[in-house]
Amino acid sequence: MAAKKRKKLRLFSPIYMSLVLIILYLPILMVVIYSFNAGRSVSAWSGFSTQWYTRLFSNRLMADALIDSLVLAGLSSLLAGGIGTLGAIGLSRSHFKGAGAIESVATLPMMIPELVLGMAYLALFTGVGVKLGMGALVATHTAFCVPYVFINVKSRLVGMDPAIEEAARDLGAEPMRVLRDITLPLIMPAVVSGMMLAAAMSLDDVVISFFVTSAETTTLPLKIYTGLKSGGTPEINALSTLMLGAIFLFVAISQLISARSEKK
Amino acid sequence: MTHNAGKDARRARETRRNMLFVAPMALVAVLLVALPLIYVMGMALTTAEGALTLDNFKGILRADYLLVFANSLKLAFYTTVISLLIGYPFGYCMARAPKRWRFILMMLVIIPFWTSALVRIYGWKILLQGNGLINTVLKGLGLIEKNIKFLGSYGSVLLAMVYCLISMMILPCHSAVDKMDFTLVEAARDLGSKPWRAFIDVTLPLTMPGILAGCVLVFVPSVGIFYLSDIMGGGMVLVGNLIRDQLLKVRDWHMGSAMSMVLIVLTAGIYLVYRRSGGDDLGVF
Repeated sequence: MAAKKRKKLRLFSPIYMSLVLIILYLPILMVVIYSFNAGRSVSAWSGFSTQWYTRLFSNRLMADALIDSLVLAGLSSLLAGGIGTLGAIGLSRSHFKGAGAIESVATLPMMIPELVLGMAYLALFTGVGVKLGMGALVATHTAFCVPYVFINVKSRLVGMDPAIEEAARDLGAEPMRVLRDITLPLIMPAVVSGMMLAAAMSLDDVVISFFVTSAETTTLPLKIYTGLKSGGTPEINALSTLMLGAIFLFVAISQLISARSEKK
Repeated sequence: MTHNAGKDARRARETRRNMLFVAPMALVAVLLVALPLIYVMGMALTTAEGALTLDNFKGILRADYLLVFANSLKLAFYTTVISLLIGYPFGYCMARAPKRWRFILMMLVIIPFWTSALVRIYGWKILLQGNGLINTVLKGLGLIEKNIKFLGSYGSVLLAMVYCLISMMILPCHSAVDKMDFTLVEAARDLGSKPWRAFIDVTLPLTMPGILAGCVLVFVPSVGIFYLSDIMGGGMVLVGNLIRDQLLKVRDWHMGSAMSMVLIVLTAGIYLVYRRSGGDDLGVF
């Protein structure tokens, strides 16, 4: 009897999971498929074409948005990588006053609604006279990217055998040397995977960018957002597909790196 | 003795170094997280002339605003319940799947979670539109005669919400089931429990932390989402839209700040209740 029941579950489980996954991926697939549509419609298929991509690349505004987005994602993930990694090392290797408070506040952007954070930035920046635009974008994206790197690296540091660092120290290595030759190589996979996630988050962000951008700078998600409100076009599909491709790449690399380092 | 003194000195040096390491993050935390939020709190508590007041909060106590808050909470609640009903079985199946499948399944769940919510909702828009795939299939099957207008309906916004947030439910449920000791279920079964009883008496309580974490992770962001109903259409006004309009259309920053504060207090309240009742730290995935 029990075997029969288990067989039922074994049959149910793959069917259920495939169904959910199909529903999860179908909309993404639709966006990608219709980016290759020959016609202007995003619902009636009229043949394969890559014209929307060529149009996209010949569109000055789109090219600018692409460059702005990549620069923004690159800079903010690099900054967050440095700040988050140093923070994780500092906070997991010593206990000092205020450490807990710093950690809670720094990881707060993951918890509070993006909208609130976005409006708070706009209010503060206009209030104290900070210029909106690329500088403000990099600063705010760095702030909400830091938690992704920090949490990733910290959990790696906590899971590390402290004996490894102690052994190096007992053998006479200076603290900086221990850090460079032992700790850093061991946490590198977590740093890189955290930065990849940070880049994906920055490349994806609409809400915060919506508030702190200026007329001169637009990012890809903002272009997509404004394009979507006035109904979709295959051009928006092509743009979305490119963005999906980039984010997919970042996340896949991040996951592969952390899966591999866990196996070791 | 001297050895210990040397060790202490070294430890003090290291602590100083570590404080230096934390400094940039502390700077970000103060300037780019704490300061903006304090600024908003200040705005919420003052008038345009800078005098202290509670009028901004009193201003929210208007029937139409309260209705928006209530509607947002209701939508967030439905989103959470549906995500749980779909996500828990998925997380369960995933944890019980053969080992070689688990990594791939995990990737398949995580990737949409990290990909643009905007693009994914756009995909639904393409699917659901008047002459979209779903209407075409339904017509082809002879189930409907005229195209159904899905876009803009309550259901379409709910669908998009669940769709955007379901990974947040699947992942904690999966890790709770994965951590569970299944010999306990077997023991219950051997002692004569029916499968359903064993599930309710053993599996469910043991995976409750995962369920609660998933519910918080879905509920909290679903209260604050704002561009979703814009894209799905129908003009549904949620807290997010209300705050944005207050800032960009009405241009009453003090009122908008007060609304944001209410939203923060609401989210923080949910999170605190969750932590108080012994919930896990939600930060780590």
